[in-house]
Amino acid sequence: MAEKYVGKSVKRTEDPRLIQGLAHYVDDIKLPDTAHAAFLRSIYAHAHIKSLDVGAARRAPGVLAVFTGLEASGAIGPVPCAAALPGLKVPDYRVLATNKVCFVGQPIAVVVAENKYAARDAVDLIQVEYEELPVVLNEEKAAQGGPVIHEKFGTNIAYTLTAGEGDIEAALKSADKIVKQKILHRRLAPVAMEPRGVLARYYPGEQELTLWTSTQIPHLARTQIAIMLGMPENKLRLIAPEVGGGFGSKLNVYAEEALMGWISMELDRPVKWIETRRENMQATIHGRGQTGYIEVGCKKDGTITGLRYNVYADMGAYFQLLTPAIPTLTGLMLSGCYKIPAIQMNATGVFTNKVATDAYRGAGRPEATYVVERAMDLVAAELGLDAVAVRRKNFPAPFGGDKPFKTATGLFYDSGDYELTLKKALDMANYPKLREDQKRARNEGRIVGIGVSTYVEICAIGPSAAAPAGGWESATVRIEPTAKVTILTGCSPHGQGQETSFAQLAGDHLGVNINDVTVIHGDTAIVQYGIGTFGSRGTAVGGTAVYMALEKLNEKATKLAAHILEAGSAPVTFQDGKFSAQVKGENKSITIQEVALAAHLARNLPPDMEPGLSATSFFEPKNFTFPFGSHIAVVEIDRDTGEIHFQRYIAVDDCGKVINPLLVHGQVHGGIVQAIGQALYEEVVYDDQGQLVSGTLMDYAVPRAEMVPWMELDRTETPSPVNPMGVKGVGEAGTIGATPAVVSAVIDALSPFGVRHMDMPIKPEDVWRIINKKSAGAA
Amino acid sequence: MKTINVTVNGVTHRSEIESRLLLVHYLRDALGLTGTHIGCETSLCGACTVLLDGQAIKSCTLLAVQANGGTVTTIEGLAQNGELHPVQQGFWEHHGLQCGYCTPGMIVAAAQLLERNPDPTDEQIRHGLEGNLCRCTGYQHIVQAVQCAAKKMKSKPAVAR
Repeated sequence: MAEKYVGKSVKRTEDPRLIQGLAHYVDDIKLPDTAHAAFLRSIYAHAHIKSLDVGAARRAPGVLAVFTGLEASGAIGPVPCAAALPGLKVPDYRVLATNKVCFVGQPIAVVVAENKYAARDAVDLIQVEYEELPVVLNEEKAAQGGPVIHEKFGTNIAYTLTAGEGDIEAALKSADKIVKQKILHRRLAPVAMEPRGVLARYYPGEQELTLWTSTQIPHLARTQIAIMLGMPENKLRLIAPEVGGGFGSKLNVYAEEALMGWISMELDRPVKWIETRRENMQATIHGRGQTGYIEVGCKKDGTITGLRYNVYADMGAYFQLLTPAIPTLTGLMLSGCYKIPAIQMNATGVFTNKVATDAYRGAGRPEATYVVERAMDLVAAELGLDAVAVRRKNFPAPFGGDKPFKTATGLFYDSGDYELTLKKALDMANYPKLREDQKRARNEGRIVGIGVSTYVEICAIGPSAAAPAGGWESATVRIEPTAKVTILTGCSPHGQGQETSFAQLAGDHLGVNINDVTVIHGDTAIVQYGIGTFGSRGTAVGGTAVYMALEKLNEKATKLAAHILEAGSAPVTFQDGKFSAQVKGENKSITIQEVALAAHLARNLPPDMEPGLSATSFFEPKNFTFPFGSHIAVVEIDRDTGEIHFQRYIAVDDCGKVINPLLVHGQVHGGIVQAIGQALYEEVVYDDQGQLVSGTLMDYAVPRAEMVPWMELDRTETPSPVNPMGVKGVGEAGTIGATPAVVSAVIDALSPFGVRHMDMPIKPEDVWRIINKKSAGAA
Repeated sequence: MKTINVTVNGVTHRSEIESRLLLVHYLRDALGLTGTHIGCETSLCGACTVLLDGQAIKSCTLLAVQANGGTVTTIEGLAQNGELHPVQQGFWEHHGLQCGYCTPGMIVAAAQLLERNPDPTDEQIRHGLEGNLCRCTGYQHIVQAVQCAAKKMKSKPAVAR
């Protein structure tokens, strides 16, 4: 197979509609006679609803209906959670609250009106009488006792879980030093630029409901919403149209989705709800939210003997789809890219009066990487060793092929060469010179820091045995009678660029122009069941399904070509879209386009061949994939203001075989900037009453263009043995690898002030206080 | 109800509207120009950026009546005679977008930036796009897209609008 497209920086085929404003996100789809919905949401974090009066709202001009929990929660099943853990306490999460609210933003009633202005006006006419209850906010304190959110559980502890292998007590006992550190992973808001939105239309004749919803998981959501609504799954069509970013926040099934479906059936009208940004900050899931305690044992030479991580994970008040499962990913990745003989995670999932946490880009793995990388830095600081040397000391030798690397968290890493990316990154940075420059800068009174992280992540989730709802992916490839190619992918990309990269695969496999390939996704009525892109699985699992379907298709086309060419036992070759064979000394050939037409006309097929030219594959991976890399951040701190300025940012990532380098760069850039957001700017803040203080983009600091550095990228390619293309995944690498590098750089800069650790986000104010406190004294 | 006359992408519209109707809702719902997006309703994210009388403005916090008598250019009006605006070309060539939601506002803002400063530095581009949030790209490809557009506009001056 000639690689004409694969490996090349091909411009995206999805872009023309997007750059001209011609794409269709949910709110761009207009149906005649559409009614509009607006929600009344709780203004208290924890309260009984004493009374709810919707009379005035129902009588307001333009209002069609007002629904409360009384009506809706009888008709619609609870919001689903797909995570299963032993002893897990699952609260009953209803689409509208009935007698109690447990977080600010929890929906209480929904108004449906002729237009969105009328709906919004009428929300203000609803009268609610609340009786406030004591709030539970800090996950660590809530685990110790105090007020309980869900009375029937008698505790705020949702579950406890111990993970890891090896004798941790003995490992820590054998250490020369034990370093301990409390660390915080604060809550983050995913902030997809397109807020959530749903349009529902019921067709009473067909008894079919169509939901257009801004989701990452159309098929999984269809299954769950069908259950919630008690309707046959094959009568529910779910369409994820253009989706304006997800980052995990739309890897979910939300109350509003089921509600809009139900309302459109109740009113027999199309109904639309578009989330406001405030609602998005209050009622769409948050990410992270852990308070943890690291305990790491080391020998004098930097060898790590064992790692323990005791963590309180903030669940929020209820579960969304994967809420309790996120900390389990943290536990899996606590070995990082190191040989650590004994690892133990003790996790406590805790209910709090906040919106649910769930998967946000990285989903538990950034937490793990941050823990391990902070541990490496803390060990280096404790022993007076270079942080890079400590990492190298604990790297496993390169591995791959049929020899995976086994961790004390029970994983088998597929392939890796951690020195490869580290060395490349250090060379790009000229690390020894950076350290010399730092010394000189310090002598001049400047505050300069260098942070290095080496990371490994878990991608291509995964074998179905390890996934909450199927770890496989599906694809159908068809060549139409006119030789145009259609790919149906079960994963539902929303910005990652798989319309292009999958077309690249088809272009090379079938010898066709990628402009003759259309990739269709996100419509459950058109596309066979699939899972999603999450867990950086779009290409490694979804792409592999496409690859396998292409292989199948090629096999059939070759057979048919041989038959038409009357090649007999002569070998048939395929190049540049043409099948050729030597038949009776004559070179005969036929194009794939001609074969496609012949397959559909079906007048001259081999006796055992079915008509048409289409193939479907379902790919079940045998293992996860484990991309890795090294990031280096160089920062200088303004002594007067505490501001942190990037001097350089270097990232060398290895995501296995690359299909489109341009797209890989885009993924890495975006991930790094989200990581910088976490390290320096972003923080969901609730006050002591559980009010969301960071409820707008004025208060929640999503990085802007001026706040982030130029990123110098390179990569190595260590193929994965898990799939035939050798691809691994890259969607979350940046958020995993970059956060510790940035934090480490700032801490390194401040190390002359005696700093060994700071919690994210590291703000200029925190930095300034450190500089000025110490400057006043000895330094 | 108020009557307004607005020229949008070269076409003049006379509309009866509620006084409180936001310009972005007028463009999207009354005129069907859904390329202009809404990301925050508070003029912080820039997804709703359009040009009003040549100025980049946030259409989510401007009333449609304030545009009365004005000329509006939206993302749908940037390409001319089937040819993409250089900024659109730059975004395509340099992968300056992923999910595409911020893109129309980002492109309109960048087009105005280049009108004011045809040869911006990296820093000037980042400063000029400060009112536009992107959650996908990390901005680097956007900076490169704008630089690319600047080059194109210099070699082929006076793009008609």
